[in-house]
Amino acid sequence: MALSTSSNFAKPDDAFRAIVEAHRGLNDEQSADLDAALVLILANHIGDLDVLKEAIALAARRMLDASQQQEQQQQ
Amino acid sequence: MALTKTQFGYRRHPDQDRVGANTAEHAVVVVGAGPVGLSLAIDLAQRGQAVVLLDDADRIGEGSRAICFSKRSLEFWDRLGIGQRMVDKGVVWSVGKIFHGDSQLYQFNLLPEEGHKRPAFINLQQFYAEAYLVDRVEELPEIDLRWRNKVTGLEPHNDHVVLTIQTPDGPYRLAAQYVIACDGARSSLRQMVGADFAGQVFEDQFLIADVKMTAAFPTERWFWFDPPFHAGRSALLHKQPDDIWRIDLQLNRFADPAVEKLPENVRPRIARMLGHDKFDFEWISLYKFQCRRMNKFIHGRVIFAGDAAHQVSPFGARGANSGLEDAENLAWKLDRVLRGISPEALLESYHIERSAAADENIRESTRSTDFMAPNSRQEARLRKAVLSLARETEFGKRMVNAGRLSTPSIYETPLSTADSDCWRGGPRPGASMPDAPVAGRSGEPMYLTDAFIGAGTGFTLLEFSNGAAPELPEEIATIRIGGKDGLADSAGLAATRYDAEPGTAYLLRPDGYVAARFRHPTRAALDAALARAAGHN
Repeated sequence: MALSTSSNFAKPDDAFRAIVEAHRGLNDEQSADLDAALVLILANHIGDLDVLKEAIALAARRMLDASQQQEQQQQ
Repeated sequence: MALTKTQFGYRRHPDQDRVGANTAEHAVVVVGAGPVGLSLAIDLAQRGQAVVLLDDADRIGEGSRAICFSKRSLEFWDRLGIGQRMVDKGVVWSVGKIFHGDSQLYQFNLLPEEGHKRPAFINLQQFYAEAYLVDRVEELPEIDLRWRNKVTGLEPHNDHVVLTIQTPDGPYRLAAQYVIACDGARSSLRQMVGADFAGQVFEDQFLIADVKMTAAFPTERWFWFDPPFHAGRSALLHKQPDDIWRIDLQLNRFADPAVEKLPENVRPRIARMLGHDKFDFEWISLYKFQCRRMNKFIHGRVIFAGDAAHQVSPFGARGANSGLEDAENLAWKLDRVLRGISPEALLESYHIERSAAADENIRESTRSTDFMAPNSRQEARLRKAVLSLARETEFGKRMVNAGRLSTPSIYETPLSTADSDCWRGGPRPGASMPDAPVAGRSGEPMYLTDAFIGAGTGFTLLEFSNGAAPELPEEIATIRIGGKDGLADSAGLAATRYDAEPGTAYLLRPDGYVAARFRHPTRAALDAALARAAGHN
């Protein structure tokens, strides 16, 4: 496992807050633009395709889990 | 508007008078006299093979089609004796510029170093390339080129193929040990062997026009994303000989080809792009691109090459160039098999090497096409982010994909001998030989690629002198760098590009790809590498 999922920030709340604040005042379209640029910048900084693919897989798995939960709730 | 540069006559051949069981038999029949079929026939003929070359038309023409010919293709054509003629006529270029909106994002140089005989690319109308190839064919008595000979039937056998051929004088039959199908993307031979041709069709349409005008634009490849003259889409401008300029304009998915193609509709678009309308149309065509390939390039004794075997989008100049790489890959192998000095299994390496190259070309050109014509709103958003990041970051520039231009593939192939020595650089087994400037015995400047041609058409050992020359298997020619009677590496570039020390040796295949390399080759190691590269294991 090359992707680090242990907590890397001394103050995780600060990191989360920084991202949230970057989206303050943006509409959905602008937020999506910001996220797209952010993903590309961070991906390049990581600079490791294996790590990137693991991160994509983890993110995609969360989406799958979320949609399954939604289905269960509907049932 | 369709240009017919050269018209050829149909001539009746004595083979056509043979009937029934008396069908004429030939070693090789090549179907399709485009750049790939012509080059393949010449390469085979130069190796001493008699070749029948069939084409269903009797002329070269209809637009410029392929225009960018790569360094690798020029090096191949040098071996066929027509590289210089192509370069003399062609427009040499190596710089590309990418624009976004009305300003330049960045520029790249495809051959930023000196010391290569051939440039990164030339632009040359396909009809010139074909005409020069036909001229060369006519110098070679081994090639029997038959115009207006259309293959209409194919009967496979274990050790030969019987073709039925339609001519203005009616049909005749011809038997061949091997048939090489170079009959293009709509290959009828592919249908005759019942092969699939699966892949992806792109919905976006592109308008391609060749216009004639005098202009002072530099000989560079210019690509625009979202230019002011063609909002929201992409455009490409590229120079060809004779004051002809290739223009590609992306259209929307729903554009009506019949309407878009009308000169009165194309003209205003291009006038907006050029800022004037002092130009004439040579050729207009509307395209949807497909990326696909045959599952197997070899069907019994029928072997497919070029667009017949694989098709890519044009952004990257990977169509004609990869077809020419097919030809140079196949010619020496087929020659050895026909001579009986290599087993038929050697041909399988053609499929292995060239189908992997086709996959690479399809992957690259699909990525370019997707970048130019995003498939979803999110893809468009990511592209927008890349284009905006490219203004201020290096990584953004590198992510902008306006076509990744053709470079030779590195083959993962059973013909290669894996490295057992330590290398810090140089071409690894499966890679094509890099060029370098050297000097001949009397000091005359030349290139390594010249020396490779001078060494003959077989396997060649490129060795960096270390006193006594190693004892070589009989069929290996040598190029020696340094020493008493070797070529001088005055600039040191040969040694650098091959990571060479005294004693270093590269075994080069007849197509100029590295089969094996050694710091100090032994006779046993060379014998083993040669046997492997010739298909004996």
